[in-house]
Amino acid sequence: MKERILEYLEKDARMSHSDIATMLGITVEEVEKTVAECEENGTILNYRTMINWDLVDKNTVTALIELKTIPQRDKGFDSVAERICHFPEVKSVALMSGGFDLAITVECKNMREVAFFVAEKLATIEGVTATATHFELQKYKENGVVYGTEKTDKRGNSW
Amino acid sequence: MKFDASKCLTAKITEIKPSGIRKFFDLLGDMKDVVGLTVGQPDFDTPWHIRNAGIRSLEEGHTYYTSNNGIMEMREEIAKYQKRRFGLEYDPAKEIIVTVGGSEAIDLAMRALLEPGDEVIIPQPCFVCYEPLARLAGATPVIIDLSADNGFRLTAEQLKNAITEKTKLLVLAFPNNPTGSVMRKADLEAIAEVIRETNICVLSDEIYAELTYGEKHVSIATLDGMRERTIVANGFSKAYAMTGWRMGYTLAPEYFTKQMAKVHQYGIMSAPTTSQYASIEALKNGDADIEYMKGEYEARRRLIVSELNRIGIETFMPDGAFYVFADLRKFGIDDETFCERLLHEHKCAIVPGSAFGESGRGFARLSYAYSPAHISKAIKRIEEFIKTL
Repeated sequence: MKERILEYLEKDARMSHSDIATMLGITVEEVEKTVAECEENGTILNYRTMINWDLVDKNTVTALIELKTIPQRDKGFDSVAERICHFPEVKSVALMSGGFDLAITVECKNMREVAFFVAEKLATIEGVTATATHFELQKYKENGVVYGTEKTDKRGNSW
Repeated sequence: MKFDASKCLTAKITEIKPSGIRKFFDLLGDMKDVVGLTVGQPDFDTPWHIRNAGIRSLEEGHTYYTSNNGIMEMREEIAKYQKRRFGLEYDPAKEIIVTVGGSEAIDLAMRALLEPGDEVIIPQPCFVCYEPLARLAGATPVIIDLSADNGFRLTAEQLKNAITEKTKLLVLAFPNNPTGSVMRKADLEAIAEVIRETNICVLSDEIYAELTYGEKHVSIATLDGMRERTIVANGFSKAYAMTGWRMGYTLAPEYFTKQMAKVHQYGIMSAPTTSQYASIEALKNGDADIEYMKGEYEARRRLIVSELNRIGIETFMPDGAFYVFADLRKFGIDDETFCERLLHEHKCAIVPGSAFGESGRGFARLSYAYSPAHISKAIKRIEEFIKTL
C-alpha cells in the first residue's frame, strides 16, 4: 500500500490525502501516517513543481558532464561525488557504468559559466582525470513528462 | 420527373431515431470550457508496444486483406486469451471471426439469427445499439426494464415474463454500460435455468469483461447447456484502450460462425490488417497493461462514488465497466433537464440515463475514464449546481 501511495504522490504531489485514501480504499489516517513516516525517514525527499522554463523568460543552459576520476581507498567514488554535490549549480550526480564514472548535470546562466565551472571547479578536484561537456539543446521528456505536448483530450465525443 | 429520395429509403431505416447520447453530444457541440464525464472510452493511449506492432506491420508491408475470418495467428491468440482469462474454449479455425469492433460482432449475430416475426429480449438500461440493430435485422425488440432496486441486474422472473413463442434471442450485456452492474455466476445460473427450457439463443456482449472490480467476469457460455446457443461478442477497445483500432470478435459454435461469416465476408471482407497485427501483440504481451489500467479505473471508481455520495447524490458502487449510474430522482427534475441545466449553467456534461432506455430515466451516466483531478473538478461543478436546486 505504501508503494501505491508513493506512486500517486510521485505523479501528483498536490493530490489530497483524503482523495488518495478514497482511491485506495483505506483511511485518511493510514495515508497520513505513511506519508509522515516517509517524510521522516527520507523516502519522500521533497515536493517540487515541474516547470517548462522555455515558456518563461528565463534563459539558462543545461549541460551533461561526463567525469572520470580515480577511486579512493575505502571510499571509492563517494568522496568525489559528495564534493560535487555541494555546488548549487549541480542538479544531479550519478555513478555510471561504462566509459566514464560520474554523470553530472549542471544548470548555469550561459555557456561561459558552464565552461568556467568545469575548468575551475570540477577539473581541479583531486582525483579527477578527465571531463567531457555536452550541452543540452532541447528537452523532450523529463521525469516521465513529455514537454510541449498540449493537454487536449483526443477522444471524440461519439459515445 | 423530379427525384424523390424519400421514396428510395426504407421505412426500417428512416424510422430509427438518433440515439439519445448523440442528441446530447449535439447539444454539447462546440461549447468551450466544458468539463465533461461523458466519454465512453478509456483515457489511456494504446500501450506503445501494441501501437509499435501495428507500425511494424506496415513497415513490413502487411497491407493486404487477411483471410476473411482474420489472421490465423490472431484467432489462435484469441482462443488462448479467452481460455487463460475466462475459461472459454473455442476452435480458432471454425468458431472465431475477427470483426470491426464489438459493434460488428453484435450486428453479425443479429443478422444471422433474426428475421421478421422474431422477438429479441433487450434488458435496459443498456448501450444504444441493440435495439436499432435488431430492427434492421427485421426483428421486434422486447424491452425489459431493469430496476435500481436490485442493482440493474436481470432476474429469472423478469426474463420469464418477457418470453413468448416468438422469442429468438436474449441480449446480455454485462458488465453493463451505462450502469456498471455485473451479473455474477449465481445470477447467470438463474437465467440459464430459464433459457435451457426453451430454444432461445443468447448474445453475450462481454466487451467490458476485463473491467470487473470484485469477482472475475463469468461468461454465460461457461454454464451447462449454454455454449451451444450462445454467441459471445468481445473486442479490444476497453481492455487495451484500442477504441480507434476497431477490433472485435465473435466466439460461437461452428453452425453459427459459418453463417455469420457470410455476412462478414460480403459486408466487410476482412477486418483492418494493421489493427489485427497490433491486436496479436496485445493478446500476447498485454495482460500487464490490462491489470495496470484496471487498477487505475478501480481507484477512480472509489473516488467518484465517494465524492458523489459526499455531495448528496446517492450512487451505488458499480462492480464493472467505467461508469457510475447516479440517482437524480430526489432532485425533482427529470434527468434530461438536470443534465441540460448542468451543462448550460455550470458547464459540466454528464449523460442523461434515459438515453439508455426508459428505465434509465431519473439517472445519469458518469464516466470515470478521466484523471482524478478532472473528476474532482467536474464534481465541484455538480456540487455547485445542486446547491441551486
